[in-house]
Amino acid sequence: MTDDVDRNRRHFLTVATVVTGGVGLVAASIPFISSLNPSARAQAQGAPVEVPLGSLEPGEMIRVMWRGRLVFVVRRTEEMLARLSSVTDFLEDPNSEVVEQQPEFAVNQHRSRKPEFLVVEGSCTHLGCAPLAEFQVGPADDWFGGFYCPCHGSRFDLSGRVYQNVPAPTNLRVPPYRFLREDLIMIGADSGVA
Amino acid sequence: MARNEAEIGTKKSTFMKWIDDRFPYTETMKYHITEYYASKNFNFWYIFGVLAMVVLVIQFVSGIFLTMNYKPSSADAFASVEYIMRDVQWGWLIRYMHSTGASFFFVVVYLHMFRAMLYGSYQKPRELIWIIGMMIFFVLFAEAFAGYLLPWGQMSYWGAQVIISLFGAIPGIGEAIVEIIRGDYSISDITLNRFFALHVVVLPIALLGLVFVHIVALHHVGSNNPDGIEIKDHKGPDGVPLDGIAFHPYHTTKDLVGIIIFLMIFSAVMFFAPDMGGYFLEHANFEPANVMATPERIAPVWYFTPFYAILRAVPSKLWGAALMALSVLAPLFLPWLDRSRVKSIRYRGPIYKTALGLFVISFCTLGWLGMQPAEGVYVVMARIFSVIYFGFFIAMPYYTTIDKTKQVPDRVVYHG
Repeated sequence: MTDDVDRNRRHFLTVATVVTGGVGLVAASIPFISSLNPSARAQAQGAPVEVPLGSLEPGEMIRVMWRGRLVFVVRRTEEMLARLSSVTDFLEDPNSEVVEQQPEFAVNQHRSRKPEFLVVEGSCTHLGCAPLAEFQVGPADDWFGGFYCPCHGSRFDLSGRVYQNVPAPTNLRVPPYRFLREDLIMIGADSGVA
Repeated sequence: MARNEAEIGTKKSTFMKWIDDRFPYTETMKYHITEYYASKNFNFWYIFGVLAMVVLVIQFVSGIFLTMNYKPSSADAFASVEYIMRDVQWGWLIRYMHSTGASFFFVVVYLHMFRAMLYGSYQKPRELIWIIGMMIFFVLFAEAFAGYLLPWGQMSYWGAQVIISLFGAIPGIGEAIVEIIRGDYSISDITLNRFFALHVVVLPIALLGLVFVHIVALHHVGSNNPDGIEIKDHKGPDGVPLDGIAFHPYHTTKDLVGIIIFLMIFSAVMFFAPDMGGYFLEHANFEPANVMATPERIAPVWYFTPFYAILRAVPSKLWGAALMALSVLAPLFLPWLDRSRVKSIRYRGPIYKTALGLFVISFCTLGWLGMQPAEGVYVVMARIFSVIYFGFFIAMPYYTTIDKTKQVPDRVVYHG
């Protein structure tokens, strides 16, 4: 036995062992972390849903579920549509310039395929509460009808466009949808047939 | 030699000797209990560490028995809690013990932390004890939050919706993080299931480990006292600090009185006001989760409200979430923000006393504001008190330097 330890060799072996072990640890953690992602079943439940519009009266709203999320479908009256242009000065993003908040077809004042029907996710873009639908004007002077979030006071107009100086940063999200018939829409798919 | 050692030494049986040769039983008991010397002049504020341990035990015992009847699925959870309340023998007691325990945990821990601020217990050489303690506090927050989802009531669901959405404020990766926390595109059965795993396995183990390390670090450095003096600086010929007495039997006996009084108050709440008028158990949570509608008034349980008020005071999603996170983290930096030469409030000057007073007022007011609707004067008040809250920390290096301190005595002082 001698005291002549090859320190370079020992250092190399130490580093090699640590690196190999580290790689193994990272590799072994992949299945565990992946298991936390939405499962195949959760993904399958994200399938499109059909919503009949026939019984929806002007000025009314229905709530439907898509991907476990709440979606509002509103049939707006002529008078409600007329109010859209009067509030633009108070809005954060009146022209829907934040691209990920709506499909291409909804980049317009009414934020929908057909002006009459509004389809938006009922999830406040602040922290995800379900906004309340308050379509009438007033009682407050500055309320022209729209959606009000009770959690943190965010306000949206009748197209789901966010007002200025509220906690929510962006307009309500418009999900992809298309008209299958005059009185039937499919939420969750932009094109193709169900 | 230490007072008890002689007795134990002579009485040590062959059985104990057999054990001690194989496991450091006697040595450990002496080091942590019978020959751990803590200051003689401990006051009221020094009960809360022990009480936190008592509540920890209450939560473990009641929690274990709850899991025997609870079902972690969105279809069954609410009904299984009602089943525990109505059909399981004494189930209502066990459940109320656990829910009351959750709130008392925070009462005790907040007072325990305030004690550290009163007497400078976070200062050198106890910085690590404070940091470990803050980590316990963070885990406790996570534990309480995960536990609140489990009954699957309206407030469980929408409270979780709001808090999980906070992570979505992180630029770039926020949405991906939110998805991996929920395990779904919305809060669902999958989310409930994993929160159950976190609440009953992961976080309790982390809590136990941290509490163990907290106490090991404390016993290594030694307890602080209301004078903020190091009692180890004055030892008798036997090596025992002159101002210290053994944790057992002296401090334990005294603590027992505190524990009994605490359990009386605890029982009074548990039996007569388990929901504490909606503060401990929110009324909206007696309705099952409804994905279609957010409750009109949404507020977290009282122990989260000071930080929640700060979140709502900021009219921006990103900055609101960032300042809220910062408000929770801020006390972590106290050991380095405080430049005072003295530890205890007894020898600090008027500036620190005023600052601490303002801090307590702002913390309590923010807690109240967090339960009010986020509109009008409440938002203005939340902004003012948020500034005071952060001001306490930001200005601390300055005002603790210029503050006039008093002469600290050599040995501990008794008051009355």
